[in-house]
Amino acid sequence: MNTVIFRTLAPLIVAIMLVFSVYVMLRGHNEPGGGFIGGLIAAASIAVFGMAAGVSAVRRSLRFDPMAIAGFGVVLAGLSGLASLLTGSPFMTSIWLYVEFGPTIIPLSTPLFFDLGVFCVVFGTLSAIALSLESDREEDL
Amino acid sequence: MGSSFEAGIGLAAVAPFVAAILAPYIQRFAGAYAGWILAIIPASIFLYLLGFADAVIHGETVSSVIEWIPAYGINLSFLVDGLSLIFALTISGVGTLIILYSGAYLAGHHHQGRFLGYMLAFMGAMLGLVLADSLLALFLFWELTSVTSFLLIGFDHSRQAARRGAIQALVLTNIGGMFLLAGAILVYQLAGTWEMSAVREMGEVLRGNELYLLVLICFLGAAFTKSAQFPLHFWLPNAMEAPTPVSAFLHSATMVQAGVYLLARMTPSLGSTDVWTNILVIFGGITLIWGSLGALKQTDLKQILAQTTIASLGLLVLLIGLGSDYAISAMVVYFVAHAFYKAGLFMVAGAIDHEAGTREITALGGLAEKMPVTFIGAALASLSMIGLPLTIGYFAKEEMYLGLMSADWTAILVMVVLIAGNAMLAGVALLVMIRPFLGEAVATPKKPHEAPIAMLAGPILLGASGIIAGILPDWLGHDVLVPGASAILGRAVESHLTLALDFTSLLLWLSALTWLLGVLVYRQADTIRTLLRRFDKALGWTADTVFDIVMFGLIRFSGALTRFLHHGQLEFYLVIVFAALAAALFGPMLVWGGLDWLEPAAELGDWSQRLIMPALAPYEWGVLALAVLGLIAVLIAPSRLVAILSLGVQGTAVALIFLLFGAPDLAFTQLMVEILSVVILTFVMTRLRLDQRDHRPFEDWARDGTLAIVCGLGVSLLLMLVLNGTLDTRLSDFFTATSVPIAHGHNIVNVILVDYRGFDTLGEIAVVMGAGMAVLALLRRQKKPAPAPSDQVKPKRTRKPSKAAS
Repeated sequence: MNTVIFRTLAPLIVAIMLVFSVYVMLRGHNEPGGGFIGGLIAAASIAVFGMAAGVSAVRRSLRFDPMAIAGFGVVLAGLSGLASLLTGSPFMTSIWLYVEFGPTIIPLSTPLFFDLGVFCVVFGTLSAIALSLESDREEDL
Repeated sequence: MGSSFEAGIGLAAVAPFVAAILAPYIQRFAGAYAGWILAIIPASIFLYLLGFADAVIHGETVSSVIEWIPAYGINLSFLVDGLSLIFALTISGVGTLIILYSGAYLAGHHHQGRFLGYMLAFMGAMLGLVLADSLLALFLFWELTSVTSFLLIGFDHSRQAARRGAIQALVLTNIGGMFLLAGAILVYQLAGTWEMSAVREMGEVLRGNELYLLVLICFLGAAFTKSAQFPLHFWLPNAMEAPTPVSAFLHSATMVQAGVYLLARMTPSLGSTDVWTNILVIFGGITLIWGSLGALKQTDLKQILAQTTIASLGLLVLLIGLGSDYAISAMVVYFVAHAFYKAGLFMVAGAIDHEAGTREITALGGLAEKMPVTFIGAALASLSMIGLPLTIGYFAKEEMYLGLMSADWTAILVMVVLIAGNAMLAGVALLVMIRPFLGEAVATPKKPHEAPIAMLAGPILLGASGIIAGILPDWLGHDVLVPGASAILGRAVESHLTLALDFTSLLLWLSALTWLLGVLVYRQADTIRTLLRRFDKALGWTADTVFDIVMFGLIRFSGALTRFLHHGQLEFYLVIVFAALAAALFGPMLVWGGLDWLEPAAELGDWSQRLIMPALAPYEWGVLALAVLGLIAVLIAPSRLVAILSLGVQGTAVALIFLLFGAPDLAFTQLMVEILSVVILTFVMTRLRLDQRDHRPFEDWARDGTLAIVCGLGVSLLLMLVLNGTLDTRLSDFFTATSVPIAHGHNIVNVILVDYRGFDTLGEIAVVMGAGMAVLALLRRQKKPAPAPSDQVKPKRTRKPSKAAS
């Protein structure tokens, strides 16, 4: 499975998949997509990358332990819910902020950060499992 | 009665906890003087509380409320009245002396700072318990005393006996705690308020209710476990494994008195019924006799004192049960007297142990010369325990006899029990005072010398207080008895304590009889001990051994249950899961007639007419065929790898179906899940080296196949059933209508996930992460048995956990 073609192409595929996963996550509020699907795509890309480049290389390039990313996701989602307490409304009431950025208006909201949290959890957990399984395979061989 | 508001009361209960956190640092900084420094906290609480004395003596109450959960009407409310003030002053006063004492007793101990911290935390819990007005606050502090006492009893955790004593105390007092919680909730249901000050006014409502007995059992269960009433008394002697300062504090004036406090507190609400009186008097009486007999059985000073504590607790419960003005007055005075002499005696026992190296009274003697100040402390306390005139113990005894001066046969019976108990306690007091200190000097493991001043302050001050209170009956009556008894009974009580000895009164002669019997018990102590021990041996078992049997039985039972349920065979887990799924699918459908439509109706005749081919485009048929083909491929696959891939084909086909029928989000997710599950399954399978086709016996194959078919059929039938009925579209209508205007999103699925149902999602992602960690843990654990053969791999493994930790 570990052919030259695959190894050469994999980084390219992974890069595209990662960018695409972020795109899917961000468009989620209005078009099909969202944090869960985005996280799945990103995790799949990491699994592919692991097959092509080896687990240690992937871990190095990730910089953070995937499980730490997942933990960060849960915290981020929780904090985005807590943000509403600042306005005196109940937990998880969404807050919307429209930032003018030149000609376009960028809508920022707490659900966006919540979705980012979901993305991180799915991405982190599944990459951690995939990488762990792959590294086992490597060590056994 | 007036009342005023004082915000600082809550602070008094919280301050010890803050001090507890700081204690280890202060100890490290101050070393041997830590005891003196930390004693400032309880001392200042004592003085602060003393400031309320004037108001309370004049019949006022002082309260304080901190809002806790206002939505449910739950507050951390505190109330100072006669009863709580007496308890709180005792706790903080004795606490000051104990902290001082601990500073010297554990001087140089490795964990002295921690010990002082536990002590202070316990004191805070105890103060909170007696000052609390809300039943839930009471419960909170009640449990805190259990936890902190667990830490204190098990302080010397390297010894098995200490661990056992700690666990036993925790188990029993926590069972009591559960009773208290249940009782508190019941009272709230009946009275509609958590505040005990309000509940006290509603005694009639509670007593008249048919649930009264249940409420009573709950509160009695709590009080009897905490205050070591027979037959739940056995944890108290085992708790003597704690360092002596702990016993002096917890098992004299504080923790074990919490049950007594609770009973006194609930007297206006639950008391003065026949059941109440009978239960309390009978159990209190048995405990009194049992404890005093137990004390005579022992030779270890601390064990003797522990058993007398049980006896005294029984006496207090008995007095509360009697409930007359005299009995309650006697209870208040006896509580104070007991706190003075028992804490003092425990400290004396600790001092003897500390300086002479043993606590066995048979191995001690003639210490009075070497430790004169300790002897004075012991003598003062013992005299009060015997109840001689000019000590506070005398008034306690007089009061309790006074209440029973009638010709009623029950009163005479109780009187006999009281005299017998008091006489035995007096005998024990003589034993504790005379045996170690007077007579021939005996060689002890250590060369005895006088204890340091911090260890002497307690016994001397407490002993002296016992005498001073005994000389000033007017003060005792007016400033202690009246506020305390009035607060318990909820009506004004008169004091009639006097120093004058009336030789014509029967009362004095009853006291004299008690003393006489006490001396007799002292003279015959060794004979009685032998007799009692012989009886014990004949009996062969005690409540203690029963506790062990129950605990080990529980452990064995849970072990057996775990082995039964967690046999570790994945195949059976899956069989059970899917069998349960099948039952869950078919059970309701069968019970509520969901399958009736399957029966061919008579008028229908031909089944084939009912089957109408769905109108599908050719490519849609193609996708369906793909799904079916994938499924067949799974079944006939020559190797596991092919089976996994075929499963992926089938899943992808399902994703395509979702896409074609208007659920792009679902299709998208399904597709990604399929890809990832194929990847992960492949990894798992290659890791397990199971890439051949599996050879299972036919039974397994048939069983799994049947289950699969049943589950699939169940899901299909359920879906058909749901589609046949009318769907309630209120919710989806709401989402469709409001998604854009209030949630600013066009993708309803996503809006539901991150906004409407965000809380659910938060829980789900937490579960996802938890499951991921469990998977990682399992994967790592499996690696352990087979250590890596090559050294190259090792650094990688050690890196992983450190990364996870960061």
